[in-house]
This record gives sequence, structure tokens and C-alpha cells, in this order.
Amino acid sequence: MSEENYSNDEIQLVIFKLGREEYGVSILQVQEIKRITDITRVPHTPDYIKGVINLRGSVLPVIDLKNRLSLPQQASTEDTRIIIVKVEDLSIGMVVDAVSEVMTISRQNIDSPEVVAGSIAANYLSGVGKMEDRLLILLNLEAIIGVGQEVNPA
Amino acid sequence: MDTNQYMGMFLEESREHLQNLNSCVLELENAPDNLSVLGEIFRSAHTIKGMSATMGFTTIAELTHEMENILDMLRKSQLQATPDIIDTIFKCVDTLEQLVESVATNSESTIEVEPLVVKLKALAKGEAIPVPVSGEKTKAKTESSATTSGSNIDFSDTEIKVLEKAFGQGLQAYEATVYLREGCLLRSARSYMVMNALDEIGEVIKTVPSVDDLEKEKFDLSFQAIIVTSSDAEKVQQTVLSISEIDKVEVVPCILGDTKEVHEEVQVAKTEEAKKTAPANAAPVAAAAKNKGGQSVRVDIDKLDALLNLVGELVINKTRLEQIGITHKLTDLVETIEQMDRVTTDLQSVVMKVRMVPVGQVFNRFPRMVRDLSHGLNKEINLIIQGEETELDRTVIDEIGDPLVHLLRNSIDHGIEHPAEREANGKNPVGEVRLIARHEGNNVIIMVEDDGKGINPDIIKRIAIKKELITQVEADKMDPAEAVRLIFLPGFSTAEVVTDVSGRGVGMDAVKNKIESLGGMVDVETKINEGSKFKIRLPLTLAIIQALLVNVSEEIYAIPLGSIDSTININATDIKTVQNKEVILSRGQIIPIVRLAHVLNIPETEKEEQEELFVVIVHIGEQRAGVIVDNLIGQQEVVIKSLGKLLAGIKVIAGATILGNGQVALILDIASLIQ
Repeated sequence: MSEENYSNDEIQLVIFKLGREEYGVSILQVQEIKRITDITRVPHTPDYIKGVINLRGSVLPVIDLKNRLSLPQQASTEDTRIIIVKVEDLSIGMVVDAVSEVMTISRQNIDSPEVVAGSIAANYLSGVGKMEDRLLILLNLEAIIGVGQEVNPA
Repeated sequence: MDTNQYMGMFLEESREHLQNLNSCVLELENAPDNLSVLGEIFRSAHTIKGMSATMGFTTIAELTHEMENILDMLRKSQLQATPDIIDTIFKCVDTLEQLVESVATNSESTIEVEPLVVKLKALAKGEAIPVPVSGEKTKAKTESSATTSGSNIDFSDTEIKVLEKAFGQGLQAYEATVYLREGCLLRSARSYMVMNALDEIGEVIKTVPSVDDLEKEKFDLSFQAIIVTSSDAEKVQQTVLSISEIDKVEVVPCILGDTKEVHEEVQVAKTEEAKKTAPANAAPVAAAAKNKGGQSVRVDIDKLDALLNLVGELVINKTRLEQIGITHKLTDLVETIEQMDRVTTDLQSVVMKVRMVPVGQVFNRFPRMVRDLSHGLNKEINLIIQGEETELDRTVIDEIGDPLVHLLRNSIDHGIEHPAEREANGKNPVGEVRLIARHEGNNVIIMVEDDGKGINPDIIKRIAIKKELITQVEADKMDPAEAVRLIFLPGFSTAEVVTDVSGRGVGMDAVKNKIESLGGMVDVETKINEGSKFKIRLPLTLAIIQALLVNVSEEIYAIPLGSIDSTININATDIKTVQNKEVILSRGQIIPIVRLAHVLNIPETEKEEQEELFVVIVHIGEQRAGVIVDNLIGQQEVVIKSLGKLLAGIKVIAGATILGNGQVALILDIASLIQ
């Protein structure tokens, strides 16, 4: 997530769950949220690429966010969703365990990712937000999707 | 005046006219006294001048203006088309191309036109004496140039008949030259008003430029109209002047005698042309056909792409409806869909056709290139182009130019020998390069053939070993055809001396990659001392294909029907191994086996080893392979979708498609599957 998204005093986040942790991405990057559908596996791709889906006639890659962030896997449930995000002209789906709400958070409540470095590659984080007693992990989508570094055949 | 909105049109049309200039001047070189070609050149140059002046590109206008002077003198036979003049005109065309491109890229133009302008002026002055020529034809020519000094209008047969008939009825014919006021904005609208006004007092039988061109504003500030009327010249003049923004109008009586002679002269030129069998003469036919051409609309390619996408969506939804009809056994629905199917199929083929462009668009720049190359290499080469009317999808056309340039350069540089060498080998000193396009089923074949020295497989092997592309052992096992295909390997270049033309070692593998990325393939046949033949096979379209859907465990894959030979059933025991590779024997051929489940890393499911196996025999060129699948689902029309930037470049997968049930299926890339 680039600096400018946080330059205002407040930002709006889409909050979702991976396991028991809560994550957020800027609402500006979210295109839509979809129930889980058939995902077609694509061979010779990294593990975290879950496959492709049909989004109203176009073919969209979907990544398994938990796999990407090295979190423990679990089977999909009623709550499992695909968040379609757009990063630098690239639309992509992310499988998450549940989408909970949209929340406005003030910029001063966001800490730099260094505080939690070590839990997941700090590279994938853009900050940690504090809301009362909740902690929101803000994701750096560019790094997660790997824009600019095309997936090479395994 | 804001000219930006016309920029795209200006560039496109300039390029078209420059292309036309190139091919026409080439023709003129072969037949220096061909008046109709000269006329064509003159018109193109004139149009460019007009357009560039309007757009404010004074350098272009200046250069074309000087060109026009020379051309006009050529046309009036005050000057003869010497090689020097032809070369200068070629140089002008090249410079104009650069100028137009610099306009396109918006770069600061540093291109010098001054030397060319000086040269043109010198040519015009230095040799502006009528060159004495002999014979009956010359007389006709000088006469015609005299009579046409006022009017440069050529009449067609029908127009002459109309004129004769009009004179028979006691009507008058006038040639009205209308000059619009400087700075007049809507010139096409003005011309239209003039035509309308003239139509009220008589009948306009011809305009120069044509009505089409007038509508497209393809003229400068003046145009001519031939009107047949019962009124007198003054009335005609007044009628025209009654329209605003007209600067002046010249009305002169039109006399048939003159025109007829001009007409005959053109005829003579044309018959002469027809007699010649020289290949470059294919162009005037095309030019004539183009002039005749019906009405057309220029459409942005993006719009066509959008249209094609929509049709693709429609096809997907149709397939979905089909499935609903079948699963729920709704006879009415199925019948309706069958009808809809016909409509969508038609719609699809129409949209496809709209996107089709004749390969001539790419081919027509080659005669000039071949001329320049052969001059540069001191070789004599006759380029024969066939099938330029063959149509291909626009996207393919855009991409195919570079590979063809490469192949042609190779043929000219490496293939065709020097004249002396050819004669020593008992060949015609003039080498022949053929560029042929034709349809073959759902494909278009483009061939580049030469009658040069051919490719020696032993030399190829030697070079390949030297460059460590293959080992000696591998080389020994190769048959000649395989050896020749080594030229397609990356980093292979056969030129003993690296020339300006080719031989930088990037050639053939780039050609192969490009063509394969277009879903096509390239192969080579060669015979020592007889020549080589490069054959490119391209799909007609890239967007919608017929495919066979197959099951591999739970997953569905699509195999393009174009690369399928047959499907067969075999027993597990039919699979033999040769050097640890699995093969089967089909119709006496040994075919290597590809286990799809293995190649695609499909997760193992618990199931018994099937006794009976389905094998899809696929081919790319001469290479075959048997693909083992679990089940055949059926043949279906699929719309090819790209996997997107993130997943680009995955081997074995060519793209994706959406099935009737909304599921995504992947399309296999047979070429990489076989390798």
C-alpha cells in the first residue's frame, strides 16, 4: 500500500479474518466481495496461487492468502469469501476466512509494521492498526501479489 | 484551428499514401512511361501535401510540393524517369516516412529536407527540356499533354458515354474548378453544397478528386467538377459563387475530343502493362480495385475488440442455456437455442470477417525492401507475391510483419547466390523469391520460397556443434530434415560473415517464437542448390476456437481441435517403452506418450489403474504425440481468455475458457506439451 493512501487523517478499511487474526486492506483497493465459487487449479504455479475463477466472463487469478502468509490451512466454511482487489491494473481474488466489516481508522492509530516483524514476512505488511482492544494487520498488497515479478513456471 | 482530433486520421492516411507511393514508384521504375502509375503517384503526393499543409506540417508540405513539381513534369513528359530521378523520389518517400513517424512519436524533427529540396529543384531545372522520343505513341503523348494542360481529368468509358449522349441531346459539359477560400474550415461540407447546387442546374458526372475523397476532405482548397447542363457557363459560375466561402470558380467547356485521347493514352499504358508478366505489375490491378472500392467506414480497432468480446460473452451464455435445456429436458428451449445458435454463429463469423485484413497490407512493403536489399548486395532478385488478398485477423497481421521481414532477408542474404555463381551453376542469374499466402482449412499458410543454394544440413550440424547447441552424438542421430530445423534454435546464425542484412544470430528463433505466440508454427524444407521453403501456418483467428474437452481426474482441459489428429482407445498393455520413454504404435507410426495427469501435476486420486485408456493423438507440424486422458467430454466452441499478467508465461497452458456451467477450463498448449 502506498504512502498516499495513508496521507489523510482517516482511512477506510475492509476488515477480514484469517484464522483468529484480523486483517485490513484499504477500501479503495477492494472491487467486490464474492462467495467462494469453483476455483480451477492452474498447474505449474506456486502453491499460494489457488487457481482461476470466472468473474462475469473474465478469468481472474485467485491467491490463497493464508498460504501466502504462511498461516495454518483450514477447510472453507460458510463464511469463506473471495475479496477481489485491484492493484496497479491487476485484478486478483484473495481467499479469506470471513469478511467482517468496513471500518474507519485514524492514521495516528497505525503503527509501523516493525513492531510485529518476525511473525510474517514484514514485507507483506504495511502497518498495524489499533482499535480499542483489537489489532488490525494492514497488508501490503503489492508485495503479496508480487506485481512486477511475474510468476515463473515452477 | 485545433488539429489534434484529426491527428490519428492524418497519420493513418499519410502512411497509406506513402505505402502507395512506395509501390507505385517501384512500378514506375519497371515501366518509366506508365502514365496511370504516374497519375497515382501524383495524386498520393498531392494528398499528402494537402493534408500536411492543413495540419501545419510545413516541412512535409514543402518536400511534397517539390516532389509534385517533378512528378508533374514526368507526367507531362517534360522529364524522363531516369534512375537518378527514381532514386531521388525514393529518398523523398523515405524522408517523408521519417517525417510522418516523427510527427507520430511527437519527437522533435531533426530530419533535413533541404538537400532533397535542392536536388529536386535541380532535377526540375537541369532536365526540364522535353526529352526527344520517337514513334506514334510519343505523338499521342505530347498531344495529350498539350490538351491536358488545362484539364488533367481522365474519363472512364461510362463517363465518356454519358458525355457523348449529353452532347447528342444538345447539352453542354463544363469543367468547373472551384477554389475555396483560404482558411475555410468545413471543406467537405462546402464541396457538398457546391455539388448540391450544381445538381440543381444539371448533372455532375465526375469530380476530381472523387466524391468519396471530397467527403473525406481529401483535397486541398480546390476541386473540379464536370457538369452536364442545359445552362451556360455563366449560370454555372453564379450557382457556385452563391455558396459562401468560395474564393473563385473557373468554368471551361469540356470537349470530348481531348478527353477521349487522354483516355486512349491511358488505355495504351494499361495494355502495355498487362502484357508484361513482371510480378510488380500485380499492383496496378490492386490499385484499380481500390479506387473502385465501395463505401467504407474507418473503425477504431478497440471498438472491434470490444464487439468481439461481447460476441464471445454471447457464445458463452448460449452454451450455458444449451446445458440448461439439456439437463432439464426443455424441448422448446433447445429448439429456440438451436436457432439462436445459427444467429450467434453468423454474428461471430461476421465480426471475425470485419476484423480480417488482407495480408497485402503487410506484403506491399516488401517489394521496396527487396529492391533495396538486392541492390545493396549486388544480387538480382525477382520477388513474386501471390495471394495478397488472403485475409487474416488484424492482430495477426500486425504481428506477422517482422518475422516475414526476417525470412525474406534470410532468403535474399543467405539463400540467393550472386548472379555469377548462379550462372556457373546453370541457373537463371536472376534469383526468385516467392511470397505466397493462401487458405488451408482453418489456417492461413504463408510461404517464403527462394531458388537459392538451399541449406546444407551438414554445415548446420557443424555450426550447431561448434556453438555447443547439440553434441556430436546427437548430431549423428539426426536426419537431414531435423538438422535443418536446428536453425530455429536460440543463438544460431549461419552467416559466415555478419552482414548488415542478417546474421546477428537472433534471427530464426525470434521468428519461431513470434509465430508460435500467435498460435502458429513455422517449418522449413530445403534442397541443396534448389532452394528453401519456409512455411508459416497461422490460425485464422485467435479469439474463438473449436476444442475437445477432456477430463483428467476431476479437472477439465480443452485441447484445440486444430492440433488433434484422432482419438483412440488403447489397452494399458499397448504402451511400450523405447529408451525409457513410453510410446504406442498407431497406424504403423511410433508415437510418444504424454501422461497429462503427470505433466499437469494433477493430485493423485485413489482409483484403480484403468484397463482401457483414452489417447488423443495431437500434432504440431510433423511431430506427433499421444496424450493420455481419463475421459473425453466432447467438442465445443470455446472463447479463448488470457490468464492475465500474473499468470502469463506458464508452459503447457495456452489460456483459459469459460464453460457452459460458468466453470473455468484451461486450454492446453500442444506445442509445449510435445516438447
